[in-house]
Amino acid sequence: MTSAQTPTHPLVTASGLSKRFAAPRRLSDLFNGQRPHIYAVDGIDLCIGKGESVGLLGESGCGKTTTGRLLLKLTEPSAGSIAFDGVAIDTLKGNDLTAFRKRAQLVFQNPFDALNPRFTIERVLAEPLVNTGVERASHRDKVEKALAQVRLPPLSRFEGLFPHQLSGGQLQRIVLARALVLEPDFIVADEPVSMLDVSVRAGVLNVMREVRATLGLAALYISHDLALVRYVCSTTLVMYLGKIVEQGPTADLLKMPLHPYTRALVNAVPVPRVDQSHEALPIIGNVSDARGQPRGCRFRDRCPMAVARCAEEEPPLRDLGQGRQVACHLA
Amino acid sequence: MADQQPVLEIRDLSVEYRTARGVVRAVDGISFSVPKGAILGLVGESGCGKTTVARSITGVLHQSARIAGGELLLHGRDLVSGPPKAWLDARWREISFVPQSAMNSLDPVYRIGSQIEEVLVHRGGKTRAEARARASALFEMVGLNPGRLDEYPHQFSGGMRQRVAIALALALNPSLVIADEPVTALDVIVQRQILDVIRDLQQRLSLSMILVTHDISVVAYLCDQVVVMYAGRVVESGSTREVLEQPRHPYTMGLTNAFPDLESAAHELVPIDGSPPDLSQPLVGCRFQPRCPFSLPVCSSDDPRTEVAETGARFACHRHAESDLLRRHSRDIATWQRPQ
Repeated sequence: MTSAQTPTHPLVTASGLSKRFAAPRRLSDLFNGQRPHIYAVDGIDLCIGKGESVGLLGESGCGKTTTGRLLLKLTEPSAGSIAFDGVAIDTLKGNDLTAFRKRAQLVFQNPFDALNPRFTIERVLAEPLVNTGVERASHRDKVEKALAQVRLPPLSRFEGLFPHQLSGGQLQRIVLARALVLEPDFIVADEPVSMLDVSVRAGVLNVMREVRATLGLAALYISHDLALVRYVCSTTLVMYLGKIVEQGPTADLLKMPLHPYTRALVNAVPVPRVDQSHEALPIIGNVSDARGQPRGCRFRDRCPMAVARCAEEEPPLRDLGQGRQVACHLA
Repeated sequence: MADQQPVLEIRDLSVEYRTARGVVRAVDGISFSVPKGAILGLVGESGCGKTTVARSITGVLHQSARIAGGELLLHGRDLVSGPPKAWLDARWREISFVPQSAMNSLDPVYRIGSQIEEVLVHRGGKTRAEARARASALFEMVGLNPGRLDEYPHQFSGGMRQRVAIALALALNPSLVIADEPVTALDVIVQRQILDVIRDLQQRLSLSMILVTHDISVVAYLCDQVVVMYAGRVVESGSTREVLEQPRHPYTMGLTNAFPDLESAAHELVPIDGSPPDLSQPLVGCRFQPRCPFSLPVCSSDDPRTEVAETGARFACHRHAESDLLRRHSRDIATWQRPQ
């Protein structure tokens, strides 16, 4: 299943999604009477099918975390709409909103900060059930089930333990179990293993892959780590300055990237082998300012291939067949 | 290169921290040396003592820490037993340090240029004018525009600040640069740019360097030699090629398997279950034994001796003679799985 053609059973669809934040005003803005904005997310469309796992790649500041928060209704879009299982989520209130929250969960980045240090592990895991009014009698069963899904021992082994008494790898699994305890259909995992040591990271990644396969969970993995995305996601989106610049099946996209930015990302990653290419990076400079909505391609000032047209006309996301889409005039 | 005197030789170094729970020996009798003109990677998990080793070489340890034994020979002269003044003099001039987060290591209220000049004037004995010229040259060396010397740290991006930290470390032409996780906090593209700056400078200036990292791919990209630490000990060391391609210690085997790789990511990653031992407790036998799938009864009673191969590679494992066999088993995920 790829997201480029609309999946047969779409779960999350976003169209024309934008989020802008007020930028700090400069003196010249005051004189000109302008209120500048930063476009963190600038008119993106995406579609995640039931049971599909999608990776969202990009550098810090490209808008990937904002996209995740928008999809979970943790922040409101400035424009565009999001539908979850066919229902628009922007007007959800009261019981409908609670029902949505039960089905769409967030897995936090830093397991050391994500759990209340004064709650026992049991309470941490049961809290989402309490908050959404699930009947108390079923709590223990649901918690045990979630623990088994993330391959942790049963609750009796965590009796009376607090988060600081667990290791980082165990904590990250607890954070994942807490998201799973409500039996959601969709999770957003924001940099789920970036805080973990290598030896335990592999264990958590394996659990994520397994959970996705056995529960048929749809997931959005937000990361700057290409290897993670390669390992857990069937489809990958690449973001640059608030826009999706390329998307397609992960394996193809990383093997033969079409957008110059994706090519630079793939090229930049060192691999854990002694013999590796030391080709020069096909990219210069840093991410430019996200103030306002510039004309033309946003990547052109760093792009080694940029031509005159790139400054004039913004490249649309074009379909190239085989599930691949790219926003580049030259691809 | 092998015949030359190493820039730095560490012999049997131990470092202890006084904590509320008693004395913790974070570094326990480690030895390795840094050849001239080489980059040595010091790898291991958090808490294995790699940062403590880096800090003890600079002589700037936390106040609760002390060097409990061993020698640090800089050009053959011991810093630990020598006069404190000699160590102080060596700092910046002979040994410099690139900290982990350059974001926090620059003073936000001083212009970047004046922070570099301060080092040059106070430690290097240069005049203001000389310092200014040298600061410009350093900026160019690390790929920054000297026109931005008068800007403040907040005007620089994370990658640019990391370049400043490298420029600062090179200010007085030290013979050894120690970099503690210099690229960890950075995005992939910026990370690669900084790695390329380090590689380029190392080749042009034939720098000797210790690169502290947890990232095996950074080691593979940049380092000539690698030292693998676990729970305060060196478990394996040698040339990068030998250690990464033919690891002889099960921990190194585990580390190389646990690392996702872009090209071969389809196969399952093999995690190492468990966590490192508590160093405040007395430890008997091999420290990796509780997590090691290949352990024998002897591993929990006796410390493994450090063996030296003909190639100069060192490893501390009771089963080193069977390393070819263990390496094959280590690639199988079932080897590392144990009942919860």
